[in-house]
Amino acid sequence: MSRVRRASRARSQVWPRVLALAAVVGVWWLLSATGAVGAKNLPSPATVWTALWHRISNGSIPVAASRSLIRLAFGMVVAVAFGTLVGVWMASSRLAQRSLGSLVVGLQALPPIAWLPLAALWFGFTERAVVFVVIVGAFPAVAMATAGGIRQVSPLLVRAGRTLGARGWSLYREVVVPAAVPSYVEGLRQGWVFAWRSLMASELIVQGGKGLGHSLDRAGRHFDAPTILALMVVIVVIGLVIDLGFAAWDRRVRARRGLVAA
Amino acid sequence: MRPGGASRLQAIPDPEPGTPKLSVQAVSKSFLTTRGDVLPVLESVSFDVAPGEFVCLLGPSGGGKSTMLNILAGLERADGGEVLMDGRPVTGPGPDRAVLFQDPALFPWMSVRANVEFALKMVGVPAAERRDRAHAWLSTVHLAMFADAQPHELSGGMRQRAALARALACQPDVLLADEPFGPLDAQAREALQGEVQRVWAETGTTFVFVTHNVREAALLADRVLLMSAAPGRLLEEYRIRAPRPRSLENPLLSRLVADIHDQLELEVRKVVARETGESGQEPGLA
Repeated sequence: MSRVRRASRARSQVWPRVLALAAVVGVWWLLSATGAVGAKNLPSPATVWTALWHRISNGSIPVAASRSLIRLAFGMVVAVAFGTLVGVWMASSRLAQRSLGSLVVGLQALPPIAWLPLAALWFGFTERAVVFVVIVGAFPAVAMATAGGIRQVSPLLVRAGRTLGARGWSLYREVVVPAAVPSYVEGLRQGWVFAWRSLMASELIVQGGKGLGHSLDRAGRHFDAPTILALMVVIVVIGLVIDLGFAAWDRRVRARRGLVAA
Repeated sequence: MRPGGASRLQAIPDPEPGTPKLSVQAVSKSFLTTRGDVLPVLESVSFDVAPGEFVCLLGPSGGGKSTMLNILAGLERADGGEVLMDGRPVTGPGPDRAVLFQDPALFPWMSVRANVEFALKMVGVPAAERRDRAHAWLSTVHLAMFADAQPHELSGGMRQRAALARALACQPDVLLADEPFGPLDAQAREALQGEVQRVWAETGTTFVFVTHNVREAALLADRVLLMSAAPGRLLEEYRIRAPRPRSLENPLLSRLVADIHDQLELEVRKVVARETGESGQEPGLA
Protein backbone atom coordinates (compact mmCIF):
# COMPACT_ATOMS: atom_id res chain seq x y z
CA MET A 1 0.00 0.00 0.00
CA SER A 2 1.34 3.42 -0.87
CA ARG A 3 2.20 5.92 1.83
CA VAL A 4 -0.43 8.31 0.56
CA ARG A 5 -3.18 5.71 0.70
CA ARG A 6 -2.09 4.56 4.13
CA ALA A 7 -2.16 8.13 5.37
CA SER A 8 -5.61 8.73 3.92
CA ARG A 9 -6.87 5.50 5.44
CA ALA A 10 -5.42 6.52 8.80
CA ARG A 11 -7.22 9.85 8.48
CA SER A 12 -10.53 8.17 7.64
CA GLN A 13 -10.00 5.89 10.65
CA VAL A 14 -9.23 8.75 13.00
CA TRP A 15 -11.67 11.52 12.25
CA PRO A 16 -14.93 9.68 13.11
CA ARG A 17 -13.44 8.77 16.47
CA VAL A 18 -12.32 12.33 17.15
CA LEU A 19 -15.72 13.60 16.10
CA ALA A 20 -17.56 11.22 18.46
CA LEU A 21 -15.28 12.19 21.34
CA ALA A 22 -15.70 15.89 20.59
CA ALA A 23 -19.50 15.50 20.58
CA VAL A 24 -19.49 13.85 24.02
CA VAL A 25 -17.14 16.43 25.51
CA GLY A 26 -19.21 19.20 23.90
CA VAL A 27 -22.50 18.00 25.41
CA TRP A 28 -20.75 17.47 28.74
CA TRP A 29 -19.31 20.98 28.64
CA LEU A 30 -22.72 22.46 27.78
CA LEU A 31 -24.39 20.61 30.66
CA SER A 32 -21.87 21.84 33.21
CA ALA A 33 -21.32 25.34 31.79
CA THR A 34 -25.03 26.18 31.66
CA GLY A 35 -25.42 24.88 35.20
CA ALA A 36 -28.05 22.34 34.06
CA VAL A 37 -26.25 19.85 36.29
CA GLY A 38 -24.48 21.14 39.39
CA ALA A 39 -20.69 21.17 39.51
CA LYS A 40 -20.77 18.77 42.47
CA ASN A 41 -22.47 16.12 40.39
CA LEU A 42 -20.89 16.89 37.04
CA PRO A 43 -17.65 18.84 37.09
CA SER A 44 -16.63 20.54 33.85
CA PRO A 45 -14.32 18.78 31.38
CA ALA A 46 -11.56 21.19 32.35
CA THR A 47 -11.82 20.31 36.05
CA VAL A 48 -11.72 16.60 35.23
CA TRP A 49 -8.75 17.14 32.95
CA THR A 50 -6.91 18.92 35.78
CA ALA A 51 -7.71 16.09 38.20
CA LEU A 52 -6.61 13.53 35.64
CA TRP A 53 -3.36 15.34 34.94
CA HIS A 54 -2.68 15.80 38.63
CA ARG A 55 -3.19 12.10 39.40
CA ILE A 56 -1.12 11.01 36.46
CA SER A 57 1.79 13.29 37.36
CA ASN A 58 1.74 12.40 41.05
CA GLY A 59 1.90 8.74 40.02
CA SER A 60 -1.31 7.51 41.64
CA ILE A 61 -3.09 6.64 38.37
CA PRO A 62 -0.04 4.96 36.76
CA VAL A 63 0.43 2.83 39.90
CA ALA A 64 -3.26 1.91 40.08
CA ALA A 65 -3.37 1.15 36.35
CA SER A 66 -0.30 -1.05 36.48
CA ARG A 67 -1.68 -2.96 39.48
CA SER A 68 -4.92 -3.59 37.61
CA LEU A 69 -3.15 -4.53 34.39
CA ILE A 70 -0.94 -7.05 36.17
CA ARG A 71 -4.04 -8.71 37.65
CA LEU A 72 -5.69 -8.61 34.24
CA ALA A 73 -2.69 -10.20 32.57
CA PHE A 74 -2.39 -12.93 35.18
CA GLY A 75 -6.12 -13.66 35.08
CA MET A 76 -6.12 -13.71 31.27
CA VAL A 77 -3.18 -16.11 31.06
CA VAL A 78 -4.92 -18.57 33.36
CA ALA A 79 -8.31 -18.06 31.69
CA VAL A 80 -6.82 -18.60 28.21
CA ALA A 81 -4.94 -21.73 29.24
CA PHE A 82 -7.95 -23.20 31.02
CA GLY A 83 -10.46 -22.01 28.41
CA THR A 84 -8.40 -23.46 25.56
CA LEU A 85 -8.16 -26.84 27.29
CA VAL A 86 -11.89 -26.91 28.01
CA GLY A 87 -12.65 -25.78 24.44
CA VAL A 88 -10.51 -28.51 22.89
CA TRP A 89 -12.19 -31.01 25.18
CA MET A 90 -15.64 -29.69 24.21
CA ALA A 91 -14.82 -30.10 20.53
CA SER A 92 -13.45 -33.61 21.00
CA SER A 93 -16.80 -35.39 20.96
CA ARG A 94 -20.51 -34.82 20.71
CA LEU A 95 -20.89 -36.11 24.25
CA ALA A 96 -18.35 -33.60 25.58
CA GLN A 97 -20.07 -30.87 23.61
CA ARG A 98 -23.46 -31.67 25.12
CA SER A 99 -22.28 -32.18 28.69
CA LEU A 100 -19.36 -29.83 29.16
CA GLY A 101 -20.63 -27.43 26.52
CA SER A 102 -23.94 -26.86 28.25
CA LEU A 103 -22.11 -26.16 31.53
CA VAL A 104 -19.96 -23.53 29.84
CA VAL A 105 -23.00 -21.94 28.20
CA GLY A 106 -24.70 -21.87 31.61
CA LEU A 107 -21.65 -20.28 33.11
CA GLN A 108 -21.75 -17.58 30.46
CA ALA A 109 -25.26 -16.67 31.54
CA LEU A 110 -23.98 -15.94 35.04
CA PRO A 111 -22.51 -12.43 35.44
CA PRO A 112 -18.91 -12.96 36.58
CA ILE A 113 -19.34 -10.62 39.55
CA ALA A 114 -21.95 -13.04 40.93
CA TRP A 115 -19.01 -15.31 41.76
CA LEU A 116 -17.53 -12.74 44.14
CA PRO A 117 -19.47 -13.71 47.29
CA LEU A 118 -18.40 -17.32 46.88
CA ALA A 119 -14.83 -16.29 46.03
CA ALA A 120 -14.76 -14.09 49.14
CA LEU A 121 -15.95 -17.04 51.20
CA TRP A 122 -13.09 -19.14 49.85
CA PHE A 123 -10.27 -16.62 49.68
CA GLY A 124 -11.50 -13.74 51.85
CA PHE A 125 -11.80 -10.23 50.39
CA THR A 126 -8.35 -10.54 48.86
CA GLU A 127 -6.54 -10.13 45.60
CA ARG A 128 -7.02 -13.85 45.02
CA ALA A 129 -10.79 -13.47 45.06
CA VAL A 130 -10.49 -10.66 42.51
CA VAL A 131 -8.33 -12.71 40.16
CA PHE A 132 -10.65 -15.69 40.56
CA VAL A 133 -13.56 -13.60 39.34
CA VAL A 134 -11.48 -12.43 36.37
CA ILE A 135 -10.71 -16.02 35.42
CA VAL A 136 -14.28 -17.32 35.64
CA GLY A 137 -15.36 -14.20 33.78
CA ALA A 138 -13.04 -14.67 30.84
CA PHE A 139 -12.64 -18.39 30.34
CA PRO A 140 -16.14 -19.31 29.02
CA ALA A 141 -15.72 -16.97 26.03
CA VAL A 142 -12.33 -18.49 25.27
CA ALA A 143 -13.64 -22.04 25.64
CA MET A 144 -16.67 -21.38 23.42
CA ALA A 145 -14.56 -19.77 20.72
CA THR A 146 -12.00 -22.57 20.82
CA ALA A 147 -14.65 -25.27 20.51
CA GLY A 148 -16.55 -23.33 17.84
CA GLY A 149 -13.38 -22.67 15.89
CA ILE A 150 -12.38 -26.33 15.89
CA ARG A 151 -15.85 -27.55 14.96
CA GLN A 152 -16.08 -25.11 12.06
CA VAL A 153 -12.83 -26.18 10.43
CA SER A 154 -13.68 -26.94 6.81
CA PRO A 155 -14.01 -30.73 6.35
CA LEU A 156 -12.43 -30.25 2.94
CA LEU A 157 -9.18 -29.00 4.47
CA VAL A 158 -9.17 -31.93 6.87
CA ARG A 159 -9.66 -34.33 3.95
CA ALA A 160 -6.87 -32.60 2.03
CA GLY A 161 -4.60 -32.93 5.06
CA ARG A 162 -5.42 -36.62 5.42
CA THR A 163 -4.75 -37.40 1.77
CA LEU A 164 -1.37 -35.67 2.13
CA GLY A 165 -0.53 -38.04 4.95
CA ALA A 166 -1.37 -36.02 8.08
CA ARG A 167 -3.16 -38.01 10.74
CA GLY A 168 -3.80 -37.95 14.46
CA TRP A 169 -1.71 -35.36 16.23
CA SER A 170 0.00 -34.06 13.09
CA LEU A 171 -3.39 -33.47 11.46
CA TYR A 172 -4.48 -31.57 14.55
CA ARG A 173 -1.34 -29.50 14.82
CA GLU A 174 -0.84 -28.76 11.12
CA VAL A 175 -4.40 -28.38 9.87
CA VAL A 176 -7.08 -28.13 12.56
CA VAL A 177 -5.32 -25.69 14.89
CA PRO A 178 -4.24 -23.13 12.27
CA ALA A 179 -7.65 -23.37 10.60
CA ALA A 180 -9.32 -22.56 13.93
CA VAL A 181 -7.12 -19.53 14.64
CA PRO A 182 -9.48 -16.78 13.37
CA SER A 183 -12.32 -17.84 15.70
CA TYR A 184 -9.84 -18.30 18.50
CA VAL A 185 -8.52 -14.75 18.19
CA GLU A 186 -12.09 -13.50 18.17
CA GLY A 187 -12.68 -15.47 21.38
CA LEU A 188 -9.64 -13.94 23.04
CA ARG A 189 -10.90 -10.51 22.07
CA GLN A 190 -14.25 -11.20 23.73
CA GLY A 191 -12.60 -12.90 26.66
CA TRP A 192 -10.40 -9.99 27.58
CA VAL A 193 -13.40 -7.62 27.62
CA PHE A 194 -15.11 -9.89 30.12
CA ALA A 195 -11.90 -10.05 32.13
CA TRP A 196 -11.54 -6.27 32.23
CA ARG A 197 -15.15 -5.71 33.27
CA SER A 198 -14.99 -8.42 35.93
CA LEU A 199 -11.76 -6.97 37.25
CA MET A 200 -13.17 -3.45 37.61
CA ALA A 201 -16.36 -4.73 39.20
CA SER A 202 -14.61 -6.86 41.78
CA GLU A 203 -12.00 -4.19 42.56
CA LEU A 204 -14.86 -1.83 43.29
CA ILE A 205 -16.23 -4.22 45.88
CA VAL A 206 -13.10 -5.76 47.38
CA GLN A 207 -11.51 -3.01 49.47
CA GLY A 208 -7.94 -2.27 50.42
CA GLY A 209 -6.20 -2.86 47.08
CA LYS A 210 -4.45 -0.37 44.86
CA GLY A 211 -6.11 -1.00 41.48
CA LEU A 212 -8.16 1.40 39.37
CA GLY A 213 -11.40 -0.04 40.73
CA HIS A 214 -10.23 0.53 44.30
CA SER A 215 -9.29 4.12 43.52
CA LEU A 216 -12.71 4.61 41.94
CA ASP A 217 -14.39 3.25 45.06
CA ARG A 218 -12.32 5.53 47.31
CA ALA A 219 -13.06 8.60 45.18
CA GLY A 220 -16.76 7.76 45.46
CA ARG A 221 -16.55 7.63 49.25
CA HIS A 222 -14.97 11.10 49.23
CA PHE A 223 -17.61 12.51 46.84
CA ASP A 224 -14.69 13.44 44.59
CA ALA A 225 -16.52 13.76 41.27
CA PRO A 226 -13.54 15.01 39.20
CA THR A 227 -11.45 11.99 40.24
CA ILE A 228 -14.34 9.59 39.62
CA LEU A 229 -14.68 10.86 36.07
CA ALA A 230 -10.92 10.95 35.53
CA LEU A 231 -10.66 7.28 36.56
CA MET A 232 -13.59 6.33 34.32
CA VAL A 233 -11.81 7.98 31.42
CA VAL A 234 -8.65 5.99 32.21
CA ILE A 235 -10.60 2.70 32.34
CA VAL A 236 -12.20 3.43 28.96
CA VAL A 237 -8.93 4.51 27.35
CA ILE A 238 -7.10 1.37 28.52
CA GLY A 239 -9.98 -0.69 27.16
CA LEU A 240 -9.85 1.05 23.79
CA VAL A 241 -6.09 0.67 23.48
CA ILE A 242 -6.13 -3.06 24.29
CA ASP A 243 -9.06 -3.61 21.96
CA LEU A 244 -7.22 -1.83 19.15
CA GLY A 245 -4.37 -4.27 19.66
CA PHE A 246 -6.71 -7.25 19.41
CA ALA A 247 -8.47 -5.73 16.41
CA ALA A 248 -5.14 -5.35 14.60
CA TRP A 249 -4.23 -8.97 15.37
CA ASP A 250 -7.65 -10.13 14.23
CA ARG A 251 -7.33 -8.15 11.00
CA ARG A 252 -3.91 -9.57 10.28
CA VAL A 253 -5.03 -13.16 10.81
CA ARG A 254 -8.04 -12.65 8.56
CA ALA A 255 -6.21 -10.74 5.84
CA ARG A 256 -3.61 -13.50 5.62
CA ARG A 257 -6.37 -16.01 4.93
CA GLY A 258 -8.19 -13.72 2.52
CA LEU A 259 -11.19 -13.39 4.83
CA VAL A 260 -11.17 -9.58 4.57
CA ALA A 261 -9.48 -7.07 2.33
CA ALA A 262 -6.06 -6.23 3.76
CA MET B 1 10.55 -46.42 -10.07
CA ARG B 2 11.17 -42.68 -9.92
CA PRO B 3 13.91 -41.41 -7.62
CA GLY B 4 12.55 -40.17 -4.33
CA GLY B 5 9.45 -42.30 -4.58
CA ALA B 6 11.57 -45.23 -3.50
CA SER B 7 12.40 -44.03 0.00
CA ARG B 8 8.79 -44.06 1.12
CA LEU B 9 8.14 -47.54 -0.16
CA GLN B 10 11.42 -49.14 0.83
CA ALA B 11 9.86 -51.55 3.29
CA ILE B 12 7.23 -52.68 0.85
CA PRO B 13 8.16 -55.34 -1.71
CA ASP B 14 7.53 -54.57 -5.35
CA PRO B 15 4.26 -55.97 -6.65
CA GLU B 16 4.24 -59.00 -8.93
CA PRO B 17 4.70 -58.03 -12.57
CA GLY B 18 1.33 -57.66 -14.25
CA THR B 19 -0.44 -56.66 -11.02
CA PRO B 20 -2.77 -53.75 -11.72
CA LYS B 21 -1.92 -50.52 -9.91
CA LEU B 22 -5.47 -50.30 -8.68
CA SER B 23 -8.05 -53.03 -8.61
CA VAL B 24 -11.65 -52.21 -7.76
CA GLN B 25 -13.51 -55.38 -6.89
CA ALA B 26 -17.31 -55.42 -6.70
CA VAL B 27 -17.48 -52.19 -4.73
CA SER B 28 -20.90 -51.19 -3.44
CA LYS B 29 -21.88 -48.21 -1.38
CA SER B 30 -25.10 -46.69 -0.15
CA PHE B 31 -25.95 -43.70 1.98
CA LEU B 32 -28.70 -43.06 4.47
CA THR B 33 -30.81 -40.05 3.54
CA THR B 34 -31.92 -37.67 6.26
CA ARG B 35 -35.35 -39.29 6.03
CA GLY B 36 -33.78 -42.62 6.84
CA ASP B 37 -34.08 -44.16 3.37
CA VAL B 38 -31.20 -46.20 1.97
CA LEU B 39 -29.85 -44.58 -1.16
CA PRO B 40 -27.60 -46.87 -3.20
CA VAL B 41 -24.89 -44.90 -5.02
CA LEU B 42 -22.56 -47.64 -6.24
CA GLU B 43 -23.63 -51.11 -7.28
CA SER B 44 -20.97 -53.75 -7.64
CA VAL B 45 -18.44 -51.68 -9.55
CA SER B 46 -15.31 -53.52 -10.73
CA PHE B 47 -12.41 -52.31 -12.84
CA ASP B 48 -8.62 -52.38 -12.93
CA VAL B 49 -6.19 -49.58 -13.60
CA ALA B 50 -2.80 -50.49 -15.05
CA PRO B 51 0.38 -48.79 -13.80
CA GLY B 52 0.84 -45.47 -15.57
CA GLU B 53 -2.59 -45.60 -17.13
CA PHE B 54 -4.85 -42.56 -17.44
CA VAL B 55 -8.43 -43.55 -16.68
CA CYS B 56 -11.39 -41.18 -16.78
CA LEU B 57 -14.56 -41.94 -14.85
CA LEU B 58 -17.35 -40.29 -16.78
CA GLY B 59 -21.01 -40.12 -15.91
CA PRO B 60 -24.01 -37.98 -15.04
CA SER B 61 -23.82 -36.00 -11.82
CA GLY B 62 -25.04 -37.84 -8.78
CA GLY B 63 -23.92 -41.12 -10.33
CA GLY B 64 -21.45 -42.01 -7.64
CA LYS B 65 -18.26 -41.00 -9.47
CA SER B 66 -17.03 -38.87 -6.59
CA THR B 67 -17.95 -41.57 -4.10
CA MET B 68 -15.92 -44.04 -6.13
CA LEU B 69 -12.96 -41.67 -6.08
CA ASN B 70 -13.27 -41.12 -2.32
CA ILE B 71 -13.23 -44.87 -1.80
CA LEU B 72 -10.09 -45.11 -3.95
CA ALA B 73 -8.57 -42.31 -1.86
CA GLY B 74 -9.46 -44.15 1.33
CA LEU B 75 -11.58 -41.23 2.55
CA GLU B 76 -14.71 -43.37 2.50
CA ARG B 77 -15.24 -47.08 3.07
CA ALA B 78 -17.04 -49.34 0.65
CA ASP B 79 -20.04 -51.23 2.09
CA GLY B 80 -19.12 -54.24 0.00
CA GLY B 81 -16.17 -55.27 -2.13
CA GLU B 82 -12.70 -53.84 -1.84
CA VAL B 83 -10.02 -51.75 -3.48
CA LEU B 84 -6.50 -53.11 -3.90
CA MET B 85 -3.46 -51.02 -4.62
CA ASP B 86 -0.47 -53.06 -5.82
CA GLY B 87 -2.39 -56.05 -4.59
CA ARG B 88 -2.85 -54.74 -1.04
CA PRO B 89 -6.18 -53.53 0.34
CA VAL B 90 -6.63 -49.76 0.70
CA THR B 91 -7.51 -49.01 4.32
CA GLY B 92 -7.18 -45.24 4.56
CA PRO B 93 -5.92 -42.10 2.85
CA GLY B 94 -2.24 -41.65 2.20
CA PRO B 95 0.21 -39.67 0.10
CA ASP B 96 0.76 -42.60 -2.28
CA ARG B 97 -2.68 -41.65 -3.63
CA ALA B 98 -2.74 -37.87 -3.88
CA VAL B 99 -6.11 -36.23 -4.47
CA LEU B 100 -7.01 -33.20 -6.52
CA PHE B 101 -10.39 -32.01 -5.26
CA GLN B 102 -12.90 -29.89 -7.14
CA ASP B 103 -12.05 -27.12 -4.70
CA PRO B 104 -8.25 -26.64 -4.64
CA ALA B 105 -8.39 -27.05 -0.83
CA LEU B 106 -5.15 -25.14 -0.32
CA PHE B 107 -4.42 -24.23 3.28
CA PRO B 108 -5.34 -20.54 3.39
CA TRP B 109 -2.92 -19.65 6.19
CA MET B 110 0.08 -20.87 4.19
CA SER B 111 1.75 -19.32 1.19
CA VAL B 112 1.62 -21.29 -2.04
CA ARG B 113 5.18 -22.47 -1.40
CA ALA B 114 4.36 -23.51 2.17
CA ASN B 115 1.44 -25.57 0.88
CA VAL B 116 3.80 -27.54 -1.34
CA GLU B 117 6.41 -27.76 1.43
CA PHE B 118 3.74 -29.19 3.70
CA ALA B 119 3.26 -32.11 1.33
CA LEU B 120 7.04 -32.63 1.20
CA LYS B 121 7.23 -32.58 5.00
CA MET B 122 4.48 -35.17 5.25
CA VAL B 123 6.38 -37.61 3.04
CA GLY B 124 9.53 -37.10 5.07
CA VAL B 125 11.62 -34.79 2.88
CA PRO B 126 14.26 -33.15 5.15
CA ALA B 127 13.63 -29.48 5.95
CA ALA B 128 16.77 -28.31 4.15
CA GLU B 129 15.61 -29.73 0.82
CA ARG B 130 11.99 -28.66 0.95
CA ARG B 131 12.41 -25.15 -0.36
CA ASP B 132 14.22 -26.19 -3.53
CA ARG B 133 11.95 -29.14 -4.17
CA ALA B 134 8.85 -26.97 -3.69
CA HIS B 135 10.29 -24.47 -6.12
CA ALA B 136 10.86 -27.23 -8.67
CA TRP B 137 7.28 -28.48 -8.40
CA LEU B 138 5.91 -24.96 -8.65
CA SER B 139 8.02 -24.41 -11.76
CA THR B 140 6.53 -27.58 -13.24
CA VAL B 141 3.08 -25.96 -13.10
CA HIS B 142 4.44 -22.49 -14.00
CA LEU B 143 3.73 -20.96 -10.62
CA ALA B 144 7.27 -20.32 -9.38
CA MET B 145 6.69 -16.58 -9.61
CA PHE B 146 3.77 -16.83 -7.23
CA ALA B 147 5.46 -19.00 -4.61
CA ASP B 148 5.16 -16.35 -1.91
CA ALA B 149 1.54 -15.41 -2.65
CA GLN B 150 -1.28 -16.47 -0.37
CA PRO B 151 -3.82 -18.77 -2.05
CA HIS B 152 -6.59 -16.15 -1.95
CA GLU B 153 -4.44 -13.84 -4.06
CA LEU B 154 -4.46 -16.28 -7.00
CA SER B 155 -7.06 -16.89 -9.70
CA GLY B 156 -9.10 -20.09 -9.63
CA GLY B 157 -6.96 -21.71 -12.30
CA MET B 158 -3.72 -20.79 -10.54
CA ARG B 159 -5.04 -22.16 -7.27
CA GLN B 160 -5.83 -25.46 -8.93
CA ARG B 161 -2.33 -25.51 -10.43
CA ALA B 162 -0.89 -24.93 -6.96
CA ALA B 163 -3.01 -27.83 -5.71
CA LEU B 164 -1.61 -29.94 -8.54
CA ALA B 165 1.94 -29.00 -7.51
CA ARG B 166 1.13 -29.94 -3.91
CA ALA B 167 -0.32 -33.28 -4.99
CA LEU B 168 2.69 -34.01 -7.21
CA ALA B 169 5.09 -33.11 -4.41
CA CYS B 170 3.98 -36.26 -2.59
CA GLN B 171 5.36 -38.12 -5.60
CA PRO B 172 2.27 -40.26 -5.54
CA ASP B 173 1.94 -43.52 -7.41
CA VAL B 174 -1.64 -42.60 -8.20
CA LEU B 175 -3.19 -39.20 -8.68
CA LEU B 176 -6.94 -39.09 -8.08
CA ALA B 177 -8.80 -36.10 -9.46
CA ASP B 178 -12.42 -35.23 -8.71
CA GLU B 179 -13.68 -32.89 -11.44
CA PRO B 180 -10.79 -30.59 -10.63
CA PHE B 181 -11.44 -28.19 -13.50
CA GLY B 182 -15.23 -28.10 -13.18
CA PRO B 183 -15.57 -24.56 -11.83
CA LEU B 184 -12.90 -23.02 -14.06
CA ASP B 185 -13.46 -20.88 -17.14
CA ALA B 186 -12.74 -22.44 -20.54
CA GLN B 187 -9.29 -20.89 -20.91
CA ALA B 188 -7.98 -21.91 -17.51
CA ARG B 189 -9.50 -25.32 -18.03
CA GLU B 190 -7.71 -25.83 -21.32
CA ALA B 191 -4.39 -24.70 -19.86
CA LEU B 192 -4.75 -27.11 -16.95
CA GLN B 193 -5.70 -30.00 -19.21
CA GLY B 194 -2.41 -29.31 -20.96
CA GLU B 195 -0.50 -29.28 -17.67
CA VAL B 196 -2.06 -32.56 -16.59
CA GLN B 197 -1.17 -34.27 -19.87
CA ARG B 198 2.41 -33.06 -19.64
CA VAL B 199 2.77 -34.07 -15.99
CA TRP B 200 1.29 -37.47 -16.71
CA ALA B 201 3.70 -38.03 -19.57
CA GLU B 202 6.73 -36.80 -17.59
CA THR B 203 6.12 -38.53 -14.27
CA GLY B 204 4.45 -41.77 -15.28
CA THR B 205 1.92 -41.30 -12.50
CA THR B 206 -1.25 -43.35 -12.74
CA PHE B 207 -4.30 -41.10 -13.06
CA VAL B 208 -7.92 -41.69 -12.17
CA PHE B 209 -9.79 -38.61 -13.26
CA VAL B 210 -13.46 -38.02 -12.58
CA THR B 211 -15.28 -35.72 -14.99
CA HIS B 212 -18.69 -35.13 -16.51
CA ASN B 213 -17.11 -33.49 -19.52
CA VAL B 214 -16.88 -35.88 -22.47
CA ARG B 215 -14.38 -33.78 -24.42
CA GLU B 216 -12.10 -33.56 -21.39
CA ALA B 217 -12.22 -37.34 -21.01
CA ALA B 218 -11.48 -37.86 -24.73
CA LEU B 219 -8.50 -35.48 -24.58
CA LEU B 220 -6.92 -36.99 -21.50
CA ALA B 221 -7.76 -40.66 -21.11
CA ASP B 222 -6.27 -43.95 -22.24
CA ARG B 223 -9.55 -45.43 -21.19
CA VAL B 224 -12.93 -43.92 -20.40
CA LEU B 225 -15.25 -45.75 -18.02
CA LEU B 226 -18.82 -44.61 -18.49
CA MET B 227 -20.90 -44.83 -15.34
CA SER B 228 -24.67 -44.97 -15.13
CA ALA B 229 -27.04 -42.68 -13.29
CA ALA B 230 -27.42 -43.59 -9.61
CA PRO B 231 -26.98 -46.26 -8.44
CA GLY B 232 -23.65 -46.16 -10.27
CA ARG B 233 -22.69 -49.13 -12.40
CA LEU B 234 -20.17 -49.38 -15.19
CA LEU B 235 -22.02 -49.11 -18.48
CA GLU B 236 -19.33 -49.01 -21.08
CA GLU B 237 -15.61 -48.88 -21.55
CA TYR B 238 -13.88 -46.94 -24.34
CA ARG B 239 -10.20 -47.41 -25.07
CA ILE B 240 -8.65 -44.40 -26.79
CA ARG B 241 -5.48 -45.03 -28.76
CA ALA B 242 -5.23 -41.66 -30.48
CA PRO B 243 -1.69 -40.25 -30.19
CA ARG B 244 -0.96 -37.30 -27.94
CA PRO B 245 -1.09 -34.37 -27.89
CA ARG B 246 -4.67 -34.82 -28.98
CA SER B 247 -6.96 -32.51 -30.77
CA LEU B 248 -10.71 -32.85 -30.96
CA GLU B 249 -10.37 -31.97 -34.65
CA ASN B 250 -9.24 -35.55 -35.12
CA PRO B 251 -12.29 -37.12 -36.85
CA LEU B 252 -11.95 -40.43 -35.03
CA LEU B 253 -11.84 -38.67 -31.70
CA SER B 254 -14.79 -36.41 -32.47
CA ARG B 255 -16.81 -39.49 -33.58
CA LEU B 256 -15.98 -41.10 -30.26
CA VAL B 257 -16.96 -37.95 -28.38
CA ALA B 258 -20.30 -37.96 -30.19
CA ASP B 259 -20.84 -41.63 -29.34
CA ILE B 260 -20.05 -41.20 -25.67
CA HIS B 261 -22.15 -38.09 -25.64
CA ASP B 262 -25.20 -39.97 -26.90
CA GLN B 263 -24.76 -42.65 -24.26
CA LEU B 264 -24.32 -40.08 -21.52
CA GLU B 265 -27.33 -38.15 -22.75
CA LEU B 266 -29.50 -41.22 -22.21
CA GLU B 267 -28.27 -41.50 -18.66
CA VAL B 268 -28.76 -37.81 -17.98
CA ARG B 269 -32.36 -38.08 -19.27
CA LYS B 270 -32.98 -40.84 -16.78
CA VAL B 271 -31.83 -38.57 -13.99
CA VAL B 272 -33.96 -35.69 -15.24
CA ALA B 273 -36.95 -37.97 -15.62
CA ARG B 274 -36.50 -39.28 -12.09
CA GLU B 275 -36.12 -35.81 -10.66
CA THR B 276 -39.20 -34.50 -12.42
CA GLY B 277 -41.13 -37.54 -11.25
CA GLU B 278 -41.59 -39.23 -14.65
CA SER B 279 -40.79 -42.82 -15.43
CA GLY B 280 -37.20 -43.47 -16.43
CA GLN B 281 -38.36 -45.87 -19.17
CA GLU B 282 -40.03 -43.19 -21.28
CA PRO B 283 -37.68 -40.27 -21.70
CA GLY B 284 -40.43 -37.69 -22.21
CA LEU B 285 -40.94 -35.94 -25.50
CA ALA B 286 -37.70 -37.16 -27.05
